[in-house]
Amino acid sequence: MATRKFLQTILKNGKINHHKFYSSESPLFPGARTTWTERLDFTGPHSYSPIPVYRVMDRQGNIIKSSQDPKLSNEVIEKMYKDMTLLKTMDKILYESQRQGRISFYMTNYGEEATHIGSAAALDMEDLVFGQYREAGVLVWRGFSLKDFMSQCYGNVDDLGKGRQMPVHYGSNKINFVTISSPLSTQIPQAAGAAYALKGKNRVVICYFGEGAASEGDAHAAFNFAATLECPVIFFCRNNGYAISTPTKDQYRGDGIAARGPGYGINTLRVDGNDVFAVFNATKKAKQYCLKENKPVVLEALTYRIGHHSTSDDSSAYRSKDEVDSWRQFDSPINKLRMFMEANGLWNADKEKQWIDKAKKDILEAFADAEKRPKPNWHEMFKDVYKFMPKHLTKQLNEMQSHVEKYKEHYPTKNYAA
Amino acid sequence: MMALNKLSFECLRSVKNGLFKDARVLQVARVKMSHFTYMPDAKPPVGGEMLKMNMFQAINNALDLALKTDDSAIIFGEDVAFGGVFRCSIGLQKKYGPERVFNTPLCEQGIIGFAIGAASAGATSIAEIQFADYIFPAFDQIVNEAAKYRYRSGDQFDCGKLTIRAPCGAVGHGALYHSQSPEAYFAHTPGIKVVVPRGPIKAKGLLLACIRDPDPCLIFEPKCMYRAAVEQVPVGDYISPIGKADVLKKGDKITLIGWGTQVHVLLEVAQLAKEKFNISCEVIDLVSIVPWDRDTIIESVKKTKRALVAHEAPLTGGFGAELAAAIQEDCFLHLEAPVARITGFDTPFPHIFEPFYLPDKWRCLQAIKDLIDY
Repeated sequence: MATRKFLQTILKNGKINHHKFYSSESPLFPGARTTWTERLDFTGPHSYSPIPVYRVMDRQGNIIKSSQDPKLSNEVIEKMYKDMTLLKTMDKILYESQRQGRISFYMTNYGEEATHIGSAAALDMEDLVFGQYREAGVLVWRGFSLKDFMSQCYGNVDDLGKGRQMPVHYGSNKINFVTISSPLSTQIPQAAGAAYALKGKNRVVICYFGEGAASEGDAHAAFNFAATLECPVIFFCRNNGYAISTPTKDQYRGDGIAARGPGYGINTLRVDGNDVFAVFNATKKAKQYCLKENKPVVLEALTYRIGHHSTSDDSSAYRSKDEVDSWRQFDSPINKLRMFMEANGLWNADKEKQWIDKAKKDILEAFADAEKRPKPNWHEMFKDVYKFMPKHLTKQLNEMQSHVEKYKEHYPTKNYAA
Repeated sequence: MMALNKLSFECLRSVKNGLFKDARVLQVARVKMSHFTYMPDAKPPVGGEMLKMNMFQAINNALDLALKTDDSAIIFGEDVAFGGVFRCSIGLQKKYGPERVFNTPLCEQGIIGFAIGAASAGATSIAEIQFADYIFPAFDQIVNEAAKYRYRSGDQFDCGKLTIRAPCGAVGHGALYHSQSPEAYFAHTPGIKVVVPRGPIKAKGLLLACIRDPDPCLIFEPKCMYRAAVEQVPVGDYISPIGKADVLKKGDKITLIGWGTQVHVLLEVAQLAKEKFNISCEVIDLVSIVPWDRDTIIESVKKTKRALVAHEAPLTGGFGAELAAAIQEDCFLHLEAPVARITGFDTPFPHIFEPFYLPDKWRCLQAIKDLIDY
């Protein structure tokens, strides 16, 4: 009673209207819209059940619920399968070529082919792609040719990147695939910015990254910026269980990456990354939502990294061969789709043999051709640092030119275009 | 990176009180900015209507022109929506809307990552880092990403439409994290351009040049001049070329090179050297750190045969080292004394010791004397 009288006195004397505070039964803090509680309880992982994994097919390639069948045309399904197997075949050949010292570095995509192809198929060519480095299937789907792949890995005259980056750092403006860079996660806030710039232009941005990269500060920045600035971007996380040797239990303690989405106020989906139809449906839905609401989506595809991290890594040092073999044999995205196709009369052993033989032949041809071609003229080293070459760089180019002329027997000039 | 700090709070207060009408604030400002006296630019770069502006008003005017002349231009950063803690973006959100002038979350790596992406997708992105001291969380995005975007993609993608603005330099009481001059960190990074204006006219022209340049640019704005530097600024559109130094005062005995606030210190030192020792100094504002105007510097030093470089940033690895090395390389047979570097010390930037830290006019004057007597 005394309190009420005290408050009334304040209200009467107050110069501004504090009535809201006097009458409201709810917390009025600007930082959160919420309710009061008198129970002293932690909120933690125990407060929520884990986000479920959306799937369309079971491990044997059977559609579980016909309402979830994307009912893609036979041509699209065949292209999905062919692109996934082409990628796998290319991976094998390029991995081996690195072992033979013919290219300096390589990273395979084993086990993650469906995340690439399923998502790429759900988007349009105008949608802009930012990747990490293990998304070569997206390029395959978009028509990056075998010649383009090989030229980049060899850094020859035909490389769109002019031989400046390590192998697998692909990029092509013609197919709206932003050039890959090695620093992890830097592309994630960039994708948010690009989506902001493209807002209202009927295009979305998709940004791929691994679950390890999601620990970088840039991932936090990106999620928060995309939410507050309302950017139509799909954050596509490939959670394959490992960041090089680091298992997810050393990477995070929450419910994967997906559970972080709602914390940023972002709609989120978790999907079976080994189910190409599930990835397709999820990406399609994400794109529709992005365009309609001008807001971001977090999409976490659970999968397993079957290959080594890269050619510089031997993964048997930190995980068992049995573990890898189980995934390879019993939950492979390629096998799953093949079982679906065979059950539906879309594929058989003959077709498989013909296709793989052709794929191998095409890849080896492109490979041999790329290997024969010269590297770009070494002057390219000085170009594109800036739009126009500044004076000090021209001077350095000229100095090197004179030097190379004088010492040409000590430089591999014959391997470089004149 | 930062909460509303004392410095920005003082800004807000002075705005609230009607820009330095509060005599107490003015007095404080005068005392604390005593290490230099602003020397207005002698002649405007273009004709036409002129208006008396301080540096934040000239920058605001440039941003206004950038938004007016380019529909794709957007301005963003921490607290820019209400006008910015230094008032540089005041009135712009009201004029151009919240889609084009907006606040971001408090995260520098996010601001620059976002800006690079927006620029790569075609938007003219003008990002603000609240203090140059807080640019380091974005160092990776600037050095590994922005600077290398064009090169690594074989010119398929670029973020040339990116401009980063950041207040820099001593302000009297900014201590470790409101005083830094980080230009040398960025000078070591091929692919970006870095400029520092010496006052309102230059700030407007350089900022417009950066915004329209086809490469990513950083403009470090000496914050102590936002209010203290006032001159007649052309209201029309003009750019001040990047990569071009300005010879502000002709002389024949020694070349003094600086940028930003230090230019005004050097102009005063030149006067003192004339009065006290009858030494004629040539004063050059380097303006552009990357790419820098080697020809103008070398031509001057060949004539005067002596050079002094002065900057607020620490000595070791400072940009003065690059200049000194280049001068000794190109002017070896002309030099009559070693190149002198008068700079901040190799310590963090201190609070109460600022008057002893800065490369002030007395330290520069003594260095001139020593060079002549060498």
